[in-house]
Amino acid sequence: MAAVETFYDVIRRQGITRRSFTKFCSLTAASLGLGAGGPATLAHAFETKPRVPVIWMHGLECTCCSESFIRSAHPLVKDVILSMISLDYDDTIMAAAGFQADAILKETREKHAGQYILAVEGNPPLAEDGMFCIDGGRPFVEKLKEMASGAQAVVAWGSCASWGCVQAAKPNPTHAVPIDKVILDKPIIKVPGCPPIAEVMTGVVSYILTFGQLPELDRQGRPKMFYSQRIHDKCYRRPHFDAGQFVETWDDEGARKGYCLYKMGCKGPTTYNACSTVRWNNGVSFPIQSGHGCIGCSEDGFWDQGSFYDRLTTINHFGIERNADIVGGTAAAIVAGAVAIHAGVTAIRATVKKPEKTDA
Amino acid sequence: MTIQTPNGFTLDNSGKRVVVDPVTRIEGHMRVEVNLDQDNVIRNAVSTGTMWRGIEVILRGRDPRDAWAFTERICGVCTGTHALTSVRAVEDALAIKIPENANTIRNIMQLTLQAHDHLVHFYHLHALDWVDVVSALKADPKATSALAQSISPWPLSSPGYFKDVQGRLGRFVESGQLGPFKNGYWGSPAYKLPPEANLMAVAHYLEALDFQKEIVKIHTIYGGKNPHPNWLVGGVPCAINVDGTGAVGAVNMERLNYVSSIVDQTNDFIDQVYLPDLMAIASFYKDWLFGGGLSSKCVMSYGDIPEHANDYSEKSLKLPRGAIVNGDLSQVLPVDLRNPEEIQEFVVHSWYKYPDETKGLHPWDGVTEPNFALGPNTKGTRTNIESIDESAKYSWIKAPRWKGNAMEVGPLARWVIGYAQGKPEFKEPVQKVLTDLGLPVTALFSTLGRTAARALEAQWAAGQMRYFQDKLIATIKAGDSSTANTEKWKPETWPAEAKGVGFTEAPRGALGHWIRIKDTKIENYQCIVPTTWNGSPRDPNGNIGAFEASLMNTPMADPNQPLEIIRTLHSFDPCLACSTHVMSPDGQEMTKVQVR
Repeated sequence: MAAVETFYDVIRRQGITRRSFTKFCSLTAASLGLGAGGPATLAHAFETKPRVPVIWMHGLECTCCSESFIRSAHPLVKDVILSMISLDYDDTIMAAAGFQADAILKETREKHAGQYILAVEGNPPLAEDGMFCIDGGRPFVEKLKEMASGAQAVVAWGSCASWGCVQAAKPNPTHAVPIDKVILDKPIIKVPGCPPIAEVMTGVVSYILTFGQLPELDRQGRPKMFYSQRIHDKCYRRPHFDAGQFVETWDDEGARKGYCLYKMGCKGPTTYNACSTVRWNNGVSFPIQSGHGCIGCSEDGFWDQGSFYDRLTTINHFGIERNADIVGGTAAAIVAGAVAIHAGVTAIRATVKKPEKTDA
Repeated sequence: MTIQTPNGFTLDNSGKRVVVDPVTRIEGHMRVEVNLDQDNVIRNAVSTGTMWRGIEVILRGRDPRDAWAFTERICGVCTGTHALTSVRAVEDALAIKIPENANTIRNIMQLTLQAHDHLVHFYHLHALDWVDVVSALKADPKATSALAQSISPWPLSSPGYFKDVQGRLGRFVESGQLGPFKNGYWGSPAYKLPPEANLMAVAHYLEALDFQKEIVKIHTIYGGKNPHPNWLVGGVPCAINVDGTGAVGAVNMERLNYVSSIVDQTNDFIDQVYLPDLMAIASFYKDWLFGGGLSSKCVMSYGDIPEHANDYSEKSLKLPRGAIVNGDLSQVLPVDLRNPEEIQEFVVHSWYKYPDETKGLHPWDGVTEPNFALGPNTKGTRTNIESIDESAKYSWIKAPRWKGNAMEVGPLARWVIGYAQGKPEFKEPVQKVLTDLGLPVTALFSTLGRTAARALEAQWAAGQMRYFQDKLIATIKAGDSSTANTEKWKPETWPAEAKGVGFTEAPRGALGHWIRIKDTKIENYQCIVPTTWNGSPRDPNGNIGAFEASLMNTPMADPNQPLEIIRTLHSFDPCLACSTHVMSPDGQEMTKVQVR
């Protein structure tokens, strides 16, 4: 038999013992209701099944998602590519070009129908018959739909594929659309962010491979494990927000003490992402830690919510029905909208996302 | 039909047409078509940018302080360089002066990008054009070890190490699931390395993949994340507080040490892995000196890495500035980005419309209206192009020209200009590479020369990272911790109308942003990026751009395996998402198709 490096080999190499592996199979089999022979069947599958083919396509995009993906520290991206998945097509790194590259798409559709995962970075433009993004002489949107039809699941990498992102910002001259506008009959996991955090990307992939199922998604299609809380909920500068200690202007005393960036336009209070917990580049920092507010890059339509430096209005202080202007002792320019306790902000996100029009 | 171009190339499109689409291992989407003569030598080359996003039309009416974030998303590979260019353009328009530390930190970030981008390009986008992965399985790990130890003190070089890498590669290949190496051109006679060199390169492909993620942590420290770190008009967003109250919330001693440590590792990796690999690979391809294209004729660089804050004069810029035309290396001409007669964009072969397409427009007055139309000799249909008609419009890239000349930009252009200016920091390393390989200066004007210049530049950049990190610490030590100037932060302090230009040397070459601000909003925004220069289609006079020129007269070992074509194109490190920009003055909606 060919020396296929199976899922089992990979997890063993990553330090998981045979005993743990067996236990994992028993528990999984039980939870799936597989009965007496279940664990052995599952173990056999993990020990022998080949790597899942992944087709990674690029539409209108900037390749920041691919660049982020290769920054993954755990797991290392070389282990993902060599041992966990079979990345059979990815225009950015593949050796083949032209018809040799195109042939892989055809072969995958034929040989792995219903088995491969389609990962999409960027999005299709629909204007000009789709010819604002040409791939192999044809509109990208056509190739995308062809590949989606045979996929078992689709991963939307980043804010382009999930929401539309920068090219779909007003006036969206190419009529770029998120992929769920053209892929209508497949489960789509949205992993938004511009780009998403590397370990979130590889975390989603390894979750699917490890647990053999898609992660639990929220109403907008995002994995709950990484996108169910706001940056603000877990921000290490949150105590300064609660204490009314704010950066008032760039490089002031507050900035040098790491005070809250809310008044500088930080969108942490309305942005759902893992930046303040997982952090970036193996946990080195994240935007707020390095002195700039969150620009909200994992949120739908974040480009069209006013300036990144406009202050969010009506974000209320935790447990106190007063907003930061009052707590901070600065005159509020506008105190608008509903008064809600902070924990209730989620439910009324649509109203609180409107920034002040005046300069902060 | 044979055509003589004004810039010295003889085009003949009568032979067999070969199409490569998609061109892979680049950023974005592109297509290339060539005609071969009976000896399989390329006699005509047509390069097409196949994507368009319209970032600049999206920028109209927005806050100029936000422009860096939009333009940064032009490219996630050369992440940050557009943002830096953008904040410089806004600061130029509004006469904002930045603190010395902001200049230093920006330089460190830009140099970090140069080092990272060049390294990733060499190993992960370009190496497979020179390295036969499958051949590495035939290598003797002991011979590979001996080779590695003969060229570098890098410690990961034992026979056991290479045996281990080979074993992993072997299992991977035997699995039958070749992943990104599937359908590669393995075994092609165009590959020249012996198995042991191939194995060494494969090992370093994987090591570089592990290491590159370390370099960018410098962006994470100063900019909060990578890709797409944060920037600020007027300075940098990270405050410095080395030892005061709350220093843990700012750039402090731990953060400075973190950056220093990464700078050291980056220098080690480039000195002990990248450069030795480049030299080892080059020594087997010394006879393959095709791909020079425009590099021996017309090259240009705007310059970058200002020593002093707010001083963008040639004297202050550590990367060279100037232009060489007609191959006259004795004269490096001054370049003025503000002069409407110097840089102009043409659209006669681009999918845009001008009132008068015989004339070019300076970017401050740029007019662009998309106009997707194919020529009468196109084969296929509007949405299924089999072969493109280069006599008509054929690309989403415009054709910028400097005083009418098609120019090559990028690391080779910079190093040729630095060499021509006689600057020792450019001339000496170039001379050493040539001497070590036993090649004449003319060998520089080639695909290999482009790849070598990029490696030398990565090494230079890593050295400069150390220089500027030391400078930052020295400035702080002297009592200056300032990182932002907020005097003109508020829009009410701005004039009613202003225009500015910002420039950088992106990893791929000269990058400029031109902005017009009116009533505190962006009125007009234009970018001319490196791949717009290099990947440009023909102009009204018939001059061909750098990509097309570089492919001319290259023999192909096998027309069905476009290895030579992609090798030369990759030597430019094409970035198509960057190059395909447009500004529609009226911002009118275009035809939409139904969602099918």
